[in-house]
Amino acid sequence: MSALVGVLALQGDVQEHMTALGRAGARALAVKTRGELDRVDGLVIPGGESTTVMKLLSRFGLDDAIVARVRAGMPLWGTCMGMIVAANDVAGLDQPTLRLIDITVRRNAFGRQNESAEVPLSIPVLGEQPFPAIFIRAPWIERVGPGVEVLATYEGHGVMVRAANVLATSFHPELTGDSRVHRYFLEMLGAVGMDTSAA
Amino acid sequence: MEQQTGTATVKRGLAQMLKGGVIMDVVTPEQAVIAQEAGAVAVMALERIPSDIRAMGGVARMSSLELIQGIMDAVTIPVMAKVRIGHFAEAQVLQSIGVDYIDESEVLTPADDLYHCDKQAYTTPFVCGARDLGEALRRIAEGAAMIRSKGEAGSGNIVEAVRHIRAITDAIAMLTVSPKEELVARARDIGAPLELVAEVARTGKLPVVLFCAGGVSTPADAALMMQLGAEGIFVGSGIFKSNDPKKFARAIVDATTHYTDASVVAAACRSLGTSDAMPGLDIRKLPESELMAGRGN
Repeated sequence: MSALVGVLALQGDVQEHMTALGRAGARALAVKTRGELDRVDGLVIPGGESTTVMKLLSRFGLDDAIVARVRAGMPLWGTCMGMIVAANDVAGLDQPTLRLIDITVRRNAFGRQNESAEVPLSIPVLGEQPFPAIFIRAPWIERVGPGVEVLATYEGHGVMVRAANVLATSFHPELTGDSRVHRYFLEMLGAVGMDTSAA
Repeated sequence: MEQQTGTATVKRGLAQMLKGGVIMDVVTPEQAVIAQEAGAVAVMALERIPSDIRAMGGVARMSSLELIQGIMDAVTIPVMAKVRIGHFAEAQVLQSIGVDYIDESEVLTPADDLYHCDKQAYTTPFVCGARDLGEALRRIAEGAAMIRSKGEAGSGNIVEAVRHIRAITDAIAMLTVSPKEELVARARDIGAPLELVAEVARTGKLPVVLFCAGGVSTPADAALMMQLGAEGIFVGSGIFKSNDPKKFARAIVDATTHYTDASVVAAACRSLGTSDAMPGLDIRKLPESELMAGRGN
């Protein structure tokens, strides 16, 4: 059976990720509770509002549970808001995060909505063809700790990084028809020993 | 590398990021901070909330830029602001100061009784109200990147929002089972462009995000609208006209997140204790001239 990938469903573009995961060959489950989190092999934190989702994670007791699963090896991918939630800290703001990847992010780094943009982005690990990256009030990465690999940069800042089982993108692959980043994440599930082949 | 701003994907995309969330009307930076602390995904900056606009009468216009800027400076979440229907110069001004979303809103006094703004001409995305599918698709054809029910703003009465969301979702459901040869007539009947009608018939949903607005004043109201098919909630007067805004704001956020889990909605209701929701109005007793939902076309 294919891997079961959770999409954190407290707020944000959950359905877009579920559809994109299905297209990439995975089964997807919306995760709002600890019980649902227990069932998944990997977790996507979608786009949304990071202040809102951090509050809801703590109100509904999911923050510690996610941290425990990711520290135990569960693959995690954060897009935009998800990158902020996963980061160690947020530049210039006293905003709590889950501290799952040693990066410092700057929120709304490119500007407000008028500066949101579609960009053909070079991502060498995904091949030569540029990726149609969609940045919406997006964060960028200001500091990268040891062990964090920068997979793509834009305007001089990291916008896609990976450290072991944690992947983070400033942009929104789920809003495109291009499945390459979703497939890359599914390969991470295989790489940490998840059974993606058995019936 | 070539970057493109203001595309339909980017404008509709911000609304997609707001899904499952609550957008709150605020009239001061302090209220904006309370909203953000409660878990709002965005705020609507305005001088007076709809129930006060209703009470004051007169002409309601775009808010002062000083107020909007003060709210933009106070919070990190997106800030929306309203322009009068058809007042494209107000919209140009809001775009120039960098608000994240423009609401071309029936809550303000219309500037044009025939035409809405050409919303495709802007980098800043627009949200517009609708009472039915035809109105929603006309606004989308003009470039709206997000639709909300109109409801009856400032009434504290959910009945109009229910009517509008049901009208939209019922009409979508009907289109999905309409044979292709009926679509031209359906487009004519609802006064919407055929391409959009055909797209909705094929996909079974609007091409943009659909929120509920107009009359939400309790956690259960929010859960009701989400179960009826809204993808998120605008709360206007319901928070800062209640007698405990912090509690109401948080309770409505919790109920919107867990709208299918009655035990969470019950806990949200219980958290309000004996606090009162905003006073409500019987819409049937309002004179025609005071109804906001009929503005626009």
